[in-house]
Amino acid sequence: MTYEFLQQYWWFIVSLLGALLVFLLFVQGANSLVFRLGQTEDEQRLVLESTGRKWEITFTTLVTFGGAFFASFPLFYSTSFGGAYWLWMIILFSFVLQAVSYEFQLKKGNLLGARTFRCFLVFNGVVGPTLLGGAVATFFNGSNFVVAKANLTELASPVISRWANGSAGLDALLDPWNLCLGVAVLFLARMLGALYIINNVDHATIRLRARQQLVAATLFFLVFFLAFFGWVLLKDGYAVDATTGAIVMEPMKYLHNYLSMPLLLVLTVVGVALLLYGVARSLLFPHYVRGIWPVGIGVVLVVLSLLLVAGLGATAYYPSNADLQSSLTLANSCSSEFTLRTMFYVSLLVPFVVAYIAYVWRVMDKK
Amino acid sequence: MTHLMTIDPTLIDWSRAQFALTAIYHWLFVPLTLGLALIMGIMETCYYRTGKPFWKDTAIFWQRLFGVNFAIGVATGLILEFEFGTNWSNYSWFVGDIFGAPLAIEGIVAFFMESTFVAVMFFGWQKVSRGFHLAATWLTGLGATISAWWILVANAWMQNPVGCTFNPNTVRNEMTSFAEVALSPFAIHKFCHTVSSTWVVGAVFVCAVSCWYLLHRREQEMARQSIKIASIVGIAAALITMMTGDFSAVQVAEKQPMKLAAMEALYDGGEGVSLTAVAAVNPFEQPNYAKGGEAPLRIAIPKGLSLLATHTPNGFVPGVNDLLNGYTRPDGQREPSAEEKMMRGRQAITALAQYRKIKAANDNDTRLPALEAQLKRDMPFFGYGYIKDRAELVPYIPINFYAFRVMVGVGTLLMLFFLIIGHMAWRNDITRPYRWLHWAALAMLPLTYVASEAGWIVAELGRQPWAIQDMLPTVAAVSNLSAGSVATTFFIFLALFTLLLVVEVSILCRVIKNYNAHH
Ligand code: HDD
Ligand code: HEM
Ligand code: HEM
Repeated sequence: MTYEFLQQYWWFIVSLLGALLVFLLFVQGANSLVFRLGQTEDEQRLVLESTGRKWEITFTTLVTFGGAFFASFPLFYSTSFGGAYWLWMIILFSFVLQAVSYEFQLKKGNLLGARTFRCFLVFNGVVGPTLLGGAVATFFNGSNFVVAKANLTELASPVISRWANGSAGLDALLDPWNLCLGVAVLFLARMLGALYIINNVDHATIRLRARQQLVAATLFFLVFFLAFFGWVLLKDGYAVDATTGAIVMEPMKYLHNYLSMPLLLVLTVVGVALLLYGVARSLLFPHYVRGIWPVGIGVVLVVLSLLLVAGLGATAYYPSNADLQSSLTLANSCSSEFTLRTMFYVSLLVPFVVAYIAYVWRVMDKK
Repeated sequence: MTHLMTIDPTLIDWSRAQFALTAIYHWLFVPLTLGLALIMGIMETCYYRTGKPFWKDTAIFWQRLFGVNFAIGVATGLILEFEFGTNWSNYSWFVGDIFGAPLAIEGIVAFFMESTFVAVMFFGWQKVSRGFHLAATWLTGLGATISAWWILVANAWMQNPVGCTFNPNTVRNEMTSFAEVALSPFAIHKFCHTVSSTWVVGAVFVCAVSCWYLLHRREQEMARQSIKIASIVGIAAALITMMTGDFSAVQVAEKQPMKLAAMEALYDGGEGVSLTAVAAVNPFEQPNYAKGGEAPLRIAIPKGLSLLATHTPNGFVPGVNDLLNGYTRPDGQREPSAEEKMMRGRQAITALAQYRKIKAANDNDTRLPALEAQLKRDMPFFGYGYIKDRAELVPYIPINFYAFRVMVGVGTLLMLFFLIIGHMAWRNDITRPYRWLHWAALAMLPLTYVASEAGWIVAELGRQPWAIQDMLPTVAAVSNLSAGSVATTFFIFLALFTLLLVVEVSILCRVIKNYNAHH
């Protein structure tokens, strides 16, 4: 295993965790719809009981995504989290509220009342996916930061990564393309949420409402996502010059990446096809409830291929608009070869972890 | 391009305050999760073996309390993990190569285990077999304990960095031995002490809740059986906590002598040093240690500290002034003075700066090997290069001193408490109105939490000014943020976590009041 292989391997793992996380945002999507899907107390309860059994997995995937990114690309961890402080803090606050709201909403003595906790869930359901989507868009769109490792020797101010303006990351939300992907991810989460509820809640009225939400969410998702996707294909990208290692702008870089890695193109196309198939079948056949599966797999494939396009093919995956040469590439931001290799062996446990999760949920869902 | 502004000291204070606040809150919930997990597991095993519905009801009752607490433990933990990036970003790059790995493994191995099996534990009673459910309960606790292992490996590494070397080309420390990091004695003692202390917390919690029922003459059978189990767990756990605490102290004496000196308010060291039991250390100001002497009104156990710290009655223990002025170690080696260390730290930093400048211009410059050698020589003192005044090297003595005494004092008291309540539960009829005992159990609950938090305060405040011992002080670890931003998030966390704590306590009280295992 060469160092380069290990870097790409870890970019793949991080991308896969990111893709799974986007899929698992069905929890957030369904929560954001709770007042639409359930109009009575009982109906709302049914919806929340259903997402309430899965939220831990989404949450744990977020935690593991963070941990894996830290271990494999620590410079991203320090630059993005330390720089875009407010952006990440808002995401975290919303997830804190979510984690407690399930357990607390129906308990006696919860002081704030069930409705408050449900509003927290809606808040997380809207803000979480939107901001995560906006953060992912910066992989293509760039952020305003500067990295200078030599700063460590400046005794008065040894910080290596800093944001180039005082916004602590909130400037990312002023960019229309970041917002565009954010909104797309929000509606994607709502699509997935509706499909999940159709599959898991055996209740005719709720299913009917979920189908109605599915139509709206899919339309919005397609408009925003396709706009973003088209823009990514046509825009200038941040390429790494093979001889000097310098970062240069290359016209239609991401399109070139797709063409030079046709497998990724196939993944994207198959993913979109599965997504459209799952939605269409769910809408056309009222007895078909398992649409979450093709759509979910499709989403994982599309997000995975997008993240791979952002990082592979000599591309800077976390570009800086403030100082082009500060942009992060797999090679300049990753952990040492030794750490990546040690972690590689640990990652071989992942299939076992996935297997027991799948086994346990099969047993649990049987009855 | 890079406009360097001097790091604002209030930024560091707010960042430290925020980390301390969130960690202290996290630690309010974690011990109960780990401690109750063990006791619930034992109770469900009783159900599995006897098949009696009584045990099932009992296990379910404690699991309901566990569930309420668990959710907040998870929520507060998320913040801690990301705070390394958001608030200690320089740290995250400088040591991420070593430090990130335990966090990642924790996620991959432990958190998934827990979050999967906890769902079976809560929702699976009707869906899976009794044996499967029992396994799920134990696996939830095991997952939580494994996750504690990895995070404590990370924490132990900050107290005693091992298994790594500095790479001037990447400007960071890189891992050279995973086994050295994961199995360092510091980590092992820390893990054993911390986890056994959580069992103590769990046992006290079960005793306290049960005694509340006894005071109200309700659920007496459940309370009695619960106390029987909890008292045994408590005696064993308190014993292990004391023993591992003693081992931890030896580790601290070896690796972080300044922390030990602060814990003991020991200004001038020597051989055969006595252990302070009580002394009048002014809690509100750093004592004038440079003057020497000892704290007023001191009552001490002869040779106690030498025995505790070195496990020999005449062992040498350095005091604050020895550590600042330099001294000769028992093995004959000289420990440099603070100024010497600071000078060598600055040399290391200058060598690094030159090395990078020259290397950027010419990869094969002949001056590089000499600079590299100098960097290597002075690297053990790298962090001292950021220190401006020797006083910065001394942690705040009064808090360390009192927090340590609170922990050990309560620990001793707890041992006594468990022996008494265990005796009453196994040999007597504890359901009779022994009101003094029932009240004592209720009183032990807050004390135990205080002791447990005090342990972390000793461990973490005693480590100051270091984020990583000798390697990176907090000034060099922090993110480049405005103090105002961090102050704002500090108050948001304060409000949010306090609200959650109040809600949790309120719900727990309700669940306890409406004891009704059949829902
Ligand atoms: C893996 C690392 C790790 C772990 C397991 C803990 N901490 Fe910690 N703690 C840090 C890593 C850290 C840190 C990031 O390194 C801080 C922030 C600034 C500093 O110097 O250390 C810190 C600071 C810090 C402070 C403030 C010290 C100061 O700045 O004066 C307190 C009181 C605590 N922590 C308390 C705790 C508690 C109650 C913990 C139990 C959960 C805990 N820590 C676990
Ligand atoms: C700074 C240090 C710490 C960090 C970064 C951290 C991180 C986390 C995270 C991310 C979670 C949520 C996990 C989930 O999604 O399920 C969590 C929960 C938890 N942590 Fe911590 N933690 C720290 C300190 C500790 C310590 C010292 C212990 C124990 C000795 C501990 C034990 C636990 C337990 C038992 C939970 C509750 C539930 C769970 O594990 O999911 N943590 N922590
Ligand atoms: C009775 C004898 C005890 C002794 C001699 C003792 C000793 C110690 C020492 C020396 C440390 C600092 C370790 C470090 O800085 O790395 C420590 C930390 C700690 N103690 Fe204790 N302790 C005792 C009892 C207790 C009790 C009763 C509790 C809680 C119920 C407790 C909970 C903790 C915790 C949570 C920590 C922080 C984690 C760690 O650093 O290991 N200890 N203890």
